[in-house]
Amino acid sequence: MIAFSLILLLSDSQFNLFASLRIYLNSLVSPVQYVADAPQKLFSALSENVMTRQALKERNQQLEKDNLHLKADRLLLTQLQNENKQLRELLNSKRVFTNKRMITEVMSLRSDPFTHQLLIDKGALDGVYLGQPVINEDGVVGQVSQVGSTTSRVLLIVDASHGIPVRVQRNDVAAIVHGSGAWNKLNVPFVQSNADLQEGDLLVTSGLGGRFPAGYPVATVTHFNYQEGALYAEVTATPVALLDRSRYLLLLWNVHQVQESDLSLDSLESEDVTTE
Amino acid sequence: MSLLSNYRIIYSTFFLGLICAIFPLPIILNAFRPDWMMLIIFYWVLALPHRVGIVHAFIVGLLLDLLLGSTLGMHALVFSILAYIVSINYQRIRYFTIVQTTLLVGLFILISKVSLYLIASSLHEIVLHKHYFWSIFTSMLIWPWFFLFMRFIRIRFKVA
Repeated sequence: MIAFSLILLLSDSQFNLFASLRIYLNSLVSPVQYVADAPQKLFSALSENVMTRQALKERNQQLEKDNLHLKADRLLLTQLQNENKQLRELLNSKRVFTNKRMITEVMSLRSDPFTHQLLIDKGALDGVYLGQPVINEDGVVGQVSQVGSTTSRVLLIVDASHGIPVRVQRNDVAAIVHGSGAWNKLNVPFVQSNADLQEGDLLVTSGLGGRFPAGYPVATVTHFNYQEGALYAEVTATPVALLDRSRYLLLLWNVHQVQESDLSLDSLESEDVTTE
Repeated sequence: MSLLSNYRIIYSTFFLGLICAIFPLPIILNAFRPDWMMLIIFYWVLALPHRVGIVHAFIVGLLLDLLLGSTLGMHALVFSILAYIVSINYQRIRYFTIVQTTLLVGLFILISKVSLYLIASSLHEIVLHKHYFWSIFTSMLIWPWFFLFMRFIRIRFKVA
């Protein structure tokens, strides 16, 4: 019996070996997850069905208004996109925008108490891959950490083991945002104490790691403090996206993130930093 | 009663327990969720040590690991150690009063939570929440009723 536990410990310490096997193992248990999620789904479906006609009408009107605004914004967007492309061509740097994305629903189930994860209802059959960026309408949520055939797990940016390269939107100062393990707090370590960061600054993804596409909002700086003589400043931030309350998420595909464009982006960023 | 129907009852309690373990609860209540799987394994090993042993505890723990997305083997290890201890001492524990078993359940869950924390913290960087140990008390609170309920089920369906 003790030998049995020892074998178990061995398999435990070699947990990286399970990475490919986990797809099958996860699909093995996904029926249980679907059953556990069913009451919640049923409830939300019911509450959608019993909406009054008046409420539906109001909501429809609101959505149409929103749609109009968004479409009007979009008119400008294509023009700006073209302009941006031309400018980038002048600068000799190409940047590929991701355009493939997919809406996914959160299965609000409990996860491991030590980590911050969400379960989503898309998996390898839908083309989800490890390390895929996940966002919602407000900003970056996290990345895919485990894939099953029809479900997968998203590691949130607030998890203590998660780090994401960012830059300050105002002045392109590069930094890294680490999760703190609390739902609404992020740490920004290794910021020079004389760096130009203010409370309220928006941090957006820099695209440096090659995993997250550049330009998506991640967090806002809530606290900037440095001690005289300390090497680094103490910076904390809160995530822009409401991580514990989002129902629908977007999966992004980094389709044409070829090595070249990454490098050019890299050099561009470092140039920016040096000229400042 | 045949072997198959015995295991059918036992497995369906395992299945329900797994569902209860991951069933969505509001964040505030989440920390107070009893450790259903610990209770179920504890009960079955205590009542029928020749039916449910370490292998079952291991498999159920592995399933729970998969469901929670934690490192594979964490819960499996803890559950099989629990099953090992209980299966060695089941004759003694059966003579305990219900207060004593409740305390024992609390002790087991405390040990398991601490060891889960130690395993997880040795594998990767984690943060311990201050609500983490609350589920010990809810589990202890639930144990007497759970015990009676399970015994009712065992006798009603003649699981032996």
